[in-house]
Amino acid sequence: MSAVFLVASAFLASAVEMVEALTIVLAVGVTRDWRSSLTGVGVATVALAAIVAALGPALTVIPIDSLRLVVGALLLVFGLQWLRKAILRASGYKALHDEEQAFAHEVAEARAAGDETRAGLDWYAFTVSFKGVLLEGLEVAFIVLTFGSTQGSIPLAAVGAAAAIVLVTIAGIVAHRPLARVPENTMKFAVGAMLTTFGIFWATEGAGAHWPGGDASLPAVLAFVVLLSFGLVTTLRRRRRLAIA
Amino acid sequence: MNALRRFGAFWWEFIVGDDWRIAVGVVIALAACAAVAATGAPAWWIVPLAVAALLFASLRRAARQG
Repeated sequence: MSAVFLVASAFLASAVEMVEALTIVLAVGVTRDWRSSLTGVGVATVALAAIVAALGPALTVIPIDSLRLVVGALLLVFGLQWLRKAILRASGYKALHDEEQAFAHEVAEARAAGDETRAGLDWYAFTVSFKGVLLEGLEVAFIVLTFGSTQGSIPLAAVGAAAAIVLVTIAGIVAHRPLARVPENTMKFAVGAMLTTFGIFWATEGAGAHWPGGDASLPAVLAFVVLLSFGLVTTLRRRRRLAIA
Repeated sequence: MNALRRFGAFWWEFIVGDDWRIAVGVVIALAACAAVAATGAPAWWIVPLAVAALLFASLRRAARQG
């Protein structure tokens, strides 16, 4: 059961982040220069792979209880941040992320930027693509490393992430436009709930407490987080309706 | 120094995000969980309860700010 959660979480988180990275790369590639934009993607991918390769083995030598406490706490804080934003979006307090709008914004910025050539590359196209993929990818690397190390299987988490990257890349090549139909906000909600669930579970175990039923209580924690989130969305929607009326 | 500050600010924004009170609350909840667990009493309920309270308080603040 944990393995299914692990792969699903890494897959969903990676898919969401890669959709955002794809929007940036497409905007810069279409407006400026594909070669420079794709070189930025390649360099960022190598940098991310180096981060995972360097930190992955280092994390596996830390005692599991300490690892679960520290990583669980980080994951919990990180997950609550995602969940908080997702609940605010779902209840109307924060604007929904719109890939078409993000794409138009990136295109306008790319057109307005000056021309500078370095190392034979359009420097704007290279740096924007590099930064976009690196920053979105860092969240994926963080999730793969934390999920993978606490579950004792970084490769399994990496498989989930890699599957999402391949899928989004193929979809981007086929569509050749931003993937606006991807239910991004729903996926972010799901990832926030999963990150928070794993954070609660591992941090509690790392702190020395024991779950009734051990690993079998993980679905119950997930159900608790999901019900809590839906409850908060309902409460906030009602509050917003009353405020507007 | 500037680069170091930017590096720190990036990681703070990356992990902690919009509401630092959540991070502080999580640390306090885990300390309480560890303290109760050390006595041998059941402590698994502390973190889920804290998460519910922290999320509720943080969202209420955000909603008030509009």
